[in-house]
Amino acid sequence: MTVLKTENGFANPDAAYEALVEAHRRASEAESAALNARLVLILSNHIGDLAVLKEAISLARKAG
Amino acid sequence: MNRPAANKTVYQFGYRRSADQDAAKPARRPVVIVGAGPVGLTAAIDLAKRGIPAVILDDADRIGEGSRAICFSKRSLEIMDRLGLGDRLVEKGVVWQLGKVFLGEHQVYSFDLLPETGHRMPAFINLQQYYLEGYLVERAVELPLIDLRWRNRVTAVGKHDGFVRLTIETPEGQYELDTDWCLACDGARSKVRDCLGLKFEGHTFEERFLIADVKMSAEYPTERWFWFDPPFHSGQSALLHRQPDNVWRIDLQLGPDADPEEEKKPERVLPRLERMLGERKFELEWVSVYRFNCARLKKFLHGRVIFVGDSAHQVSPFGARGANSGIQDAENLVWKLALVLNGEAPESLLESYDLERGQAADENIGHSTRSTDFIAPRTKQERVLRNAVLQLAPHAAFARRMVNSGRLSVASEYDSPLTTPDREDFGGSARLGLPVPDAPLEDSGGKRFLLQTLTEDFQLLYVKDGARPNVPEGLRMTAIGEDLIDREGIFTQRFDATPGAAYLLRPDHHLCARMRSYNGNRIRDALARAKGLAK
Repeated sequence: MTVLKTENGFANPDAAYEALVEAHRRASEAESAALNARLVLILSNHIGDLAVLKEAISLARKAG
Repeated sequence: MNRPAANKTVYQFGYRRSADQDAAKPARRPVVIVGAGPVGLTAAIDLAKRGIPAVILDDADRIGEGSRAICFSKRSLEIMDRLGLGDRLVEKGVVWQLGKVFLGEHQVYSFDLLPETGHRMPAFINLQQYYLEGYLVERAVELPLIDLRWRNRVTAVGKHDGFVRLTIETPEGQYELDTDWCLACDGARSKVRDCLGLKFEGHTFEERFLIADVKMSAEYPTERWFWFDPPFHSGQSALLHRQPDNVWRIDLQLGPDADPEEEKKPERVLPRLERMLGERKFELEWVSVYRFNCARLKKFLHGRVIFVGDSAHQVSPFGARGANSGIQDAENLVWKLALVLNGEAPESLLESYDLERGQAADENIGHSTRSTDFIAPRTKQERVLRNAVLQLAPHAAFARRMVNSGRLSVASEYDSPLTTPDREDFGGSARLGLPVPDAPLEDSGGKRFLLQTLTEDFQLLYVKDGARPNVPEGLRMTAIGEDLIDREGIFTQRFDATPGAAYLLRPDHHLCARMRSYNGNRIRDALARAKGLAK
């Protein structure tokens, strides 16, 4: 029933993480929150699968 | 200077003593309707058309306290057309189908509610509720089966074995009236609901909104305009929509902390409107500050008391889903109640009212809640997410589709035991459980829309293929290709029609069965099922 992929998907995961860090560097807390919100929406739509989205939400909740 | 007009009375009616007030013991009626609003009047007129008399009780004697509901959907207009009011409503109303959504000064999204032609009724009209109620009252008084009693206030509801006893207060004292069925069409603050000790389930939104109807001559197009964070009302939302008589509906979000009494005062309202309307001269017609619930009764059917419209469910105004769903409730209930009263269907048929309109209420509450969550985010982070959608909207199509300023009322699709499932595949826009789509056709008299040719009863649309079949007794058949000609091919396309295909319509014009080739036994079974007679 699990549809969310949790194994590594990037050829270079460190570069992916770096891209995210770069995006937030020197941003204020409010700017970061807004940026994250836009990112979440863009990526959610790219995935386009409500079941995956819901599993991702539940994993994010569980991990926090 | 602009001053709010006193809430105008548009129609005034008189109290008249009924013989029932002098009866030695309570008179007995088949149907008593509590509330002479759009829902109660629709129910009474529809019942009268089916030969069932109804008493309507209303605690007021006038109509005209503000415009209230203004957007009437295609489905409501189709129902009203069947009741004889379609042309009058469309003639008086402002026809519209386009909506635009702005962020600040820039348009981010637009929608067209009826992108195709070949329908008799428009997607929407805007019309002050008092006009609709006035027209319905005028229609009701023409019908001898309707007994409309003003200043008759229900004060107690007694549930008895086989009947309901209502206690009614009038200017000349109190009387009692018994009825087989009591239809509670008495609105969001239903007295009948209170009398039965029933409670809504759902939640109240904290956000307050200001409604102002202003009279002005303006050149804005007849579209629904909705702003997030407009320059004239920073940080909040605003709505502008045209009504007849140069009246414009303005809805301004005020936030959760607004004081409703203060915000209604002209010295508060006028500067807000002047910021929006600029130098333009305007007159205030009506002002109200409101908050709303998205809630419903768990059951609409309580023995012989049946809740219809706002007494059964409540939504926010952003999808025009209040009055429109109430009108559909009334239509859904009335044909079933008529069959029960005429002994043609078991009382259990009424359970399908509860089920079908319960589904519709859930759908309406779902849409309404999601719209409200978008318009009035509840936490700081919800607002961040909402604003992210708006920021992305000019750049990405998916975000434009997420912008939610209200999803406007369309007919509900019933997942119902009255429907016979398809055995063959059908395409087209006709769907089981939905009202049938309209289509332009021709008969010997000239052009006719399909919906104009439909009656109040079960009926069969048969696509001609050789001789006319013998349909079950009492079922009216219309042969497409003989009685009605599909010259433009639109019926064929919308119904995915092929020669010999048959479509069974309920009295409310919802499609309840269809087959590629007419089969008498299957039609008989489908008809029995739709009347709640299936084993």
